[in-house]
Amino acid sequence: MKLFRVFFGILAMSLFIACSSSDPDPADPNEDYIPTPKPLTVPPIFDRLLPPPIVPADNPQTVEGVALGRKLFFDPILSGDGTQACASCHQPANSFTDTDRFSIGIDGLEGTRNSMPIFNTAWNTKNKFFWDGRASSLEAQALEPVTNPIEMHNTWQNAVSSLQSDAEYPELFNKAFGTGNITKELTAKAIAQFERTLISANSPFDKYLLGEGSLTPQELNGFQIFMDESRGDCFHCHGNENSPLWTDNIFHNNGLDAIITDKGLGNVTGDPNHDGLFKSPSLRNLAYTAPYMHDGRFATLDEVINHYSEGLVYSRTIDPLMKAVSRGGVHLTESDKADLKAFLLSLSDPSFISNPDFQDPN
Amino acid sequence: MKKIVFLLAIAFAAIGCSNDDDGNNIPVTAAVSFNFTQNWGVTEITPSNYTSGVYENAAGNYVSIDRLRYLISRVELHKADGTTVSFDGYQLIDLADAGSLSFNPSESVATGDYTGISFVYGFNEEDNVNGAYPDLNAADWNWPTMLGGGYHFMQMDGNFDDSNGTSQPYNFHNGTARVSEGVFEQNFISFDFDQNFTISGDVTIEIAMDISEWYKNPLTWDLNDRSVNLMMNYLAQKDMQRNGATVFSIGAITQ
Repeated sequence: MKLFRVFFGILAMSLFIACSSSDPDPADPNEDYIPTPKPLTVPPIFDRLLPPPIVPADNPQTVEGVALGRKLFFDPILSGDGTQACASCHQPANSFTDTDRFSIGIDGLEGTRNSMPIFNTAWNTKNKFFWDGRASSLEAQALEPVTNPIEMHNTWQNAVSSLQSDAEYPELFNKAFGTGNITKELTAKAIAQFERTLISANSPFDKYLLGEGSLTPQELNGFQIFMDESRGDCFHCHGNENSPLWTDNIFHNNGLDAIITDKGLGNVTGDPNHDGLFKSPSLRNLAYTAPYMHDGRFATLDEVINHYSEGLVYSRTIDPLMKAVSRGGVHLTESDKADLKAFLLSLSDPSFISNPDFQDPN
Repeated sequence: MKKIVFLLAIAFAAIGCSNDDDGNNIPVTAAVSFNFTQNWGVTEITPSNYTSGVYENAAGNYVSIDRLRYLISRVELHKADGTTVSFDGYQLIDLADAGSLSFNPSESVATGDYTGISFVYGFNEEDNVNGAYPDLNAADWNWPTMLGGGYHFMQMDGNFDDSNGTSQPYNFHNGTARVSEGVFEQNFISFDFDQNFTISGDVTIEIAMDISEWYKNPLTWDLNDRSVNLMMNYLAQKDMQRNGATVFSIGAITQ
């Protein structure tokens, strides 16, 4: 037994030594080049209450990667006709969504879902992106709009070719990833790095929790309604003062339609019990993200509150948390509605949409 | 050169380790994991089938399950010599996440004879601290502060056919009981099972939940009477605790 282990140890050592002498592939990233690490800045309220941000081991945050991702995010070079950037539908002023019910792609075609806001993605603990959860990483999510025929309608081959022939990008990729050989994977990695920096946790409610600010009596009462199982009961899907993402990051049918026409998660999993389920959006920054719902059907926050108060509709997969569906909803008083709205707006973060690090660098 | 030195060190370390168990076929320690299973009487309920079944409870309600999550903490093994092995951490079991059905403590245990297994359903008073657990916060598992705070112990949501045959939702949620404004009563359940077993190698211990027990023993729970808005209902919370006492059992111990 001992002899066998000695032999195995020497064999393994020999293999390692042999491997170490292989010549580097000139197409591989330059292993000697190390970009400047740029860890995410964790806000105090997240640091106190949430797990560390999720950053993939194969895509660490770097100064150069974030800068490249930011440039790419705002650059229409990735679209088929060079007219549309990520930021066209994900604008900083709107918490990285837009004001349309459905965004318009380069061919003038309308999408079928409302553009999602982008923030706090490094705390998406379920790693399910898009309204229907079809992307299992931010990097995977970033790949899709470029080729979506009703969005940027390009091919990755063409997009990479455009980047490769650009005067600046090869050097920027070299600085970010140690190679000037641009790929769609590296492009998505850079965009994801930038998106992970989009952190929002400086709302009036955050300041209240940190003891750095106060709320109005109306906002405080609205929070009580939010947390009351017999009134708002919003907290089961949308967080609470100890769960400051203000989303559970999972999927629900919230009683919008009697007949499900967009299967949402059901299209992804193939499970009919998932038909009509969509991801709970965060309630942060609602002041900037209208219209609301996965299909943008509600133009105002009042319409959203009225939906849960009086407008719930039964369908087979409706979430049991929509417990008052037989009465159409929880029937909040007008006063309660106003207070709830005031609280919800206290979760909006003006410093996020005006952050100079998140604006167009081009 | 650095690589060679490093590899030599690894090789010597590997050779050195080979002496550890010479002449002894039974390891001194073993890894232990706890496997959480669910059933409704004799019907097994798994992540792959839990949303597709309809089950009859003791009150005659036909019940479906859309969501089942529950919390287990303070898992311990009791040795024949009178000592106790306590495992750090807790486990949030979620039937929507098959990976959550296994609790794998980092601590290994000594091989030998054991006489019991104990755990807490939910958190006890010492552990049930508002906002103290980042992963549970991120999972939105908190129990409202106005109801005593801390965390949910269980969330079981689904539908049942009411006395008119109409599908109605239920939210069978359990946590701290609110007696009155600002007055709360802990509601966890301590389980302590006598169980003689011997650990001779890595072991998996099954902890089984019979979901039907929540509705029948000792109190027959009719969802027509109590189905939603139960979190702030003191009597409902305490009745859940009473019925919960017979919900768990120890299943297979495999190694």
